[in-house]
Amino acid sequence: MMDIQVTKVGIVSCSGEERPEGTVCRLACRKVLDQLRPNETVTICLPLFIAGGEEERAFASKYPTITVDGCDKMCAAKATETLSGKPGQSLLVPEILKRHGLAVPAARRDYGPDEEPAVRAVAEEIAKAVDKTLEEA
Amino acid sequence: MDKITHKVVVLPCSGIGKTYGALARETAYELAERVRPDKTVLTCLPLLVINDPAAKKLVTENPVITIDGCPRDCARKSLEAAGGKASEACQAIKFYVAHKDLKPEGLAQLNEAGRKLAKLAAEDLAQTVDRLAAQEKT
Repeated sequence: MMDIQVTKVGIVSCSGEERPEGTVCRLACRKVLDQLRPNETVTICLPLFIAGGEEERAFASKYPTITVDGCDKMCAAKATETLSGKPGQSLLVPEILKRHGLAVPAARRDYGPDEEPAVRAVAEEIAKAVDKTLEEA
Repeated sequence: MDKITHKVVVLPCSGIGKTYGALARETAYELAERVRPDKTVLTCLPLLVINDPAAKKLVTENPVITIDGCPRDCARKSLEAAGGKASEACQAIKFYVAHKDLKPEGLAQLNEAGRKLAKLAAEDLAQTVDRLAAQEKT
């Protein structure tokens, strides 16, 4: 049997428009996709699990997947597991910020230097999770 | 959860991969935080994807404006899958078509032109919000 080498990890982000944690989530995921692990990651818009077709719903079976959520409703983790496939790892923004001793930003938009430590801390944890996933694949 | 009366729900695209998704979200923030904070409320689109009861109640008992970022129409379709129907369904690109001098760019955050376009888009949608809110009162 031929071994298939896993080279990409799927990132599914909560969009969290209602809350600042959602904005941290989106910006951190984009930082991983664009800067920290651009060659090792792909993403999908979460609502495509419902609005898309079979190809989108097969996302978690095509890629080992990391979900990133902004609150304990865990929309990204639950939607991925229910509609696509069980995620390999599920990260939660408030837990990451707490571990790093960082406060949740107050605003939902217009992020700058004041919010950068929170975004960077979450992005670095996602990047570590990507590395771990690829090592174990 | 009690019904939030006389509020119009704004439901933007939640994509993180396209500029017009970012424009949809920024337009929703402009509406809910600056232009019509007293008449609108935002909700997270993924809450509908996981069938969250409070979010479903919110969007089925109040008028909803969906703002989509691409032709896949995730916001509108997710609303319909949750049992709701958009009072107004629009795509963010229409605002650029109306203001070709403001070319939005950026995925994580919009450029200056994109932010200006979102302000204009929200002001445009404010008339729809006023009309829907007035209908709710009657």
